[in-house]
Amino acid sequence: MTNLSKIFIGAFLVNNILLMRFIALCSFFGVSTSMDTSVGMSAAVVFVTMLAAWVCWVLWHALLLPLGLEFLRTAVFILVIAGLVQFVEMFLKKYVRGLYSAMGIYLPLITTNCAILAVTFLNVDYGYNLLQATIYALGVGGGYSLAIILFAAIRERLEDSPISPSFRGYPIAFVGASLISLAFLGFANLFGISV
Amino acid sequence: MTAKKPSRLSYLTTGIIKENPTLILMIGLCPTLATTTSAGDALGMSAAASFVLILSNVVISLVRKVVQPSIRIPIFIIIISTFVTIIDYALQAYQPSLYRVLGVFVPLIVVNCIILGRAEAFAYGHGVFDSFLDGLGNSLGFTLLLVVMGSVREFFAVGTIFGKVVTPAWYRSAPLLFMIFPPGAFFLIGILKALVVKFKLGK
Repeated sequence: MTNLSKIFIGAFLVNNILLMRFIALCSFFGVSTSMDTSVGMSAAVVFVTMLAAWVCWVLWHALLLPLGLEFLRTAVFILVIAGLVQFVEMFLKKYVRGLYSAMGIYLPLITTNCAILAVTFLNVDYGYNLLQATIYALGVGGGYSLAIILFAAIRERLEDSPISPSFRGYPIAFVGASLISLAFLGFANLFGISV
Repeated sequence: MTAKKPSRLSYLTTGIIKENPTLILMIGLCPTLATTTSAGDALGMSAAASFVLILSNVVISLVRKVVQPSIRIPIFIIIISTFVTIIDYALQAYQPSLYRVLGVFVPLIVVNCIILGRAEAFAYGHGVFDSFLDGLGNSLGFTLLLVVMGSVREFFAVGTIFGKVVTPAWYRSAPLLFMIFPPGAFFLIGILKALVVKFKLGK
């Protein structure tokens, strides 16, 4: 296993952003009620995570570090992501209508999606170079999509299942998430990647 | 809805039980599940988030008259991230072991939906003292759930609560380790939410 594929598998399966690290759970439970919304949200997350990872990596290494402004990291990254999302939304609306209609309505929700902010922070914390940061962002986005699409499939089935009234809705969704998460726990130490 | 103006006390209490941000409104789930592997860590996380929530509520309500509605969200984010940076550096300096456990969840307080939600829904339209009470109430509600989750998970997985031994030795030699792993967190909050729904249905 090369270093890069380890980063990818680690982010995709072993340390799955939703099921193992508990990041971006609001959107996980919020939009996973149907397959269509899950796919749209996944596409938007993969796309924006990559862009944000690049922009924030460059800003961190080219601007904040040389100027000794490390303490501005939180403020700068979140504002960059908010601005980036707005820009992407306008750009897609004007030039790429097909893509906009597929994921347009999910874009505003993405600003507060912690997966994206977490990736930009973790790229800094882990000291990744630009290529590693790209692979990591791709792994996280892919892992997010995998988990949310799997979960959406289960939730669509849950809608028609006979469930005790007090468990209907969120509680059974949590228990279902617990079982998927248990399955993902099986990936621990895959190729020697620790949790 | 009654026309009566809600009392000051209700600003404080709504957030604790009736509209508990995490268990009833289902926002701010990430830290609730991720940082509750022990009661002590849960308390540390709640303290950090409460600090940010209360102070950002107060500051946002102080500046609400000069902030134009169209640029309010970026302003909120700047105010919130200022306090997040303060607590981030303070924890690194004074509580390094807690900071290592909480990790990326400290800077992620900035996107905690509870904080931006209270800024938008309450602090932008209410006075300073009321916003303080609202922030305090929501912080207490958040803290309550986190500490309950942390205690239950620590109890089952390690056999202690806040590091104090509360179970016999035979249990601690083979505890229910499941609870300290991510699936245990999902399972526990599912059970808690089911209890809340059952209680509401029963009424």
